[in-house]
Amino acid sequence: MAVKAHTSRRNTLYGLLFAFPWIIGFVAFTAYPILASLYYSFTEYVGIGTPKWVGSGNFNALFHDELFWTSLYNTVYYVGLAVPIGFVVGLALALLLNVDIKEIGLYRTFIYLPFVMPAVVVGFLWLWMLNPYYGLLNLFLGTVFHIQGPGWFSDPKWAKPAFVMLAQWGAGGSAVIFLSAIKDVPRELLESAEIDGAGWWTKFSKVILPMISPVILYHIITALFGGFQIFTTAYIATNGGPANSTLFYVLYLYRNAFQYSKMGYASAMAWILFIIVLIITLIIFRTSARWIFYRGG
Amino acid sequence: MNIRWFMSRVVSRLVLFLISIIFLVPFFWVFTTSIKDMSQVMAYPPIWWPNPPKWHNYIEAVNYIPFGQYTLNTLLICAGSIIGVLVSCPLVAYSISRIRWGGRNFLFLLILSTILIPFPVTMVPLFVVFAKLGWINTFIPLILPAFFGNAFFIFLLRQFFLTIPEELPDAARIDGASEFGIYSKIMLPLIKPILMVIALFQFLNAWNDFMGPLIYLQSEAKYTLSLGLQMYRSTNYVEWTLLMAAATIVVIPTIIAFYFTQNTIVESVTLTGLKG
Repeated sequence: MAVKAHTSRRNTLYGLLFAFPWIIGFVAFTAYPILASLYYSFTEYVGIGTPKWVGSGNFNALFHDELFWTSLYNTVYYVGLAVPIGFVVGLALALLLNVDIKEIGLYRTFIYLPFVMPAVVVGFLWLWMLNPYYGLLNLFLGTVFHIQGPGWFSDPKWAKPAFVMLAQWGAGGSAVIFLSAIKDVPRELLESAEIDGAGWWTKFSKVILPMISPVILYHIITALFGGFQIFTTAYIATNGGPANSTLFYVLYLYRNAFQYSKMGYASAMAWILFIIVLIITLIIFRTSARWIFYRGG
Repeated sequence: MNIRWFMSRVVSRLVLFLISIIFLVPFFWVFTTSIKDMSQVMAYPPIWWPNPPKWHNYIEAVNYIPFGQYTLNTLLICAGSIIGVLVSCPLVAYSISRIRWGGRNFLFLLILSTILIPFPVTMVPLFVVFAKLGWINTFIPLILPAFFGNAFFIFLLRQFFLTIPEELPDAARIDGASEFGIYSKIMLPLIKPILMVIALFQFLNAWNDFMGPLIYLQSEAKYTLSLGLQMYRSTNYVEWTLLMAAATIVVIPTIIAFYFTQNTIVESVTLTGLKG
């Protein structure tokens, strides 16, 4: 018994020792900043000197700030379109990639590649592709369909849809994850469904979808997270314009923090974002029990 | 039946081919713009392949901004943060996977939950702290955090450590090896391949990062390549051909790192047990 207690104490010591870098990092780069940002959100603070306590002042000001509501609307609009469309596109690509042909690895690489491109390059690339006059898309629409394409990033009506479209270029990222989940669906299940006379759609909706539902949950949560935090592509391609139609939440937050030095105001915005994202994640987790199927669970 | 099987294959190939073209055409358009003359950029109908190609754009592009300096800056940040994650992440992953201690499951959940914190929430206080320490406009804020672990990498490494059979370290333990000796002499060599992949992942992170350098680096001499790309654009004019040449150069290392990691990204999904 004494030996066991000794081992357990020794293990705890080593456990803490090996985890030490992360524990320090957690305190310094996560726990402290979260609490500090909560504190700042109730203060007026330019980044130097002492923060001045203003109570709920920042939040009151935010709720009367038209640009705050614009940025929230733009972001919800973007997330509301980009996430569901991204899910369908990603899943469709995965199903397409799930065929037995020799060169499938090559197609997978092509479709996946855009996903790892630097966001700055993606921003500039699409700014160029969607140039109203010399961009490839409008040249294509003009020469093939004789349609005058819209101004995309220069038209308030089309700028947000342009970002939704741009996001689909990276759909290969979720497609490969869906693909590896689909490949893992036991063959016997699909075969017995076939013996029972199930068609393509039944196999997909009654076997494949339930079997990959944990991956779908993971995808939706990460996609929502990424969507709410859209920044770099928008900073590069439109910087919020035209007429604030692509002023996304984090872009406006960034401006407040680092261009207007309103650190308290920006922190209040950050906390509102944090709470929105947490609530959505919680709702998804709570309801997921109804549509998630855990194998052997 | 055989005809149907054959037809479905033909249709699959055709659709995949067309979709691949849609995904690849932007790359082609970037590249072809990079070797055009400015007059050809504006041409209608569009020129697919300029004759002769203006390779000189590449020389102009690297001279238009301090390209060498920015490459060096970016590589320094990449190297520093790669060393950081390689030192810290395996240690932490080892603690929560191979050492039997009471807090390890709690710690694992805590590490996972930090993935759910949006960067803007910690961004402002971190900036304030780094400013107080006089580290703004240095590479320290972009490198130092890597030495304290990265949740995703720790998660990935934990899954790999868990696949190593218990007999190996046990045998060493009986021979009187210390915990750190087991870790460094037995476990680390076994996970060398995944350490390579993590190094490449971190390279992609640091090479592609924009928001971090945007916040922390203020003088132009300290810029990374991702910040430098903005300098081909002034308020009312964009040097499209040079910008696209620079973008092509910036993207090449990304493509190479991607080539070596793409299989692991797929495998990691299997390993994380996400598939149920």
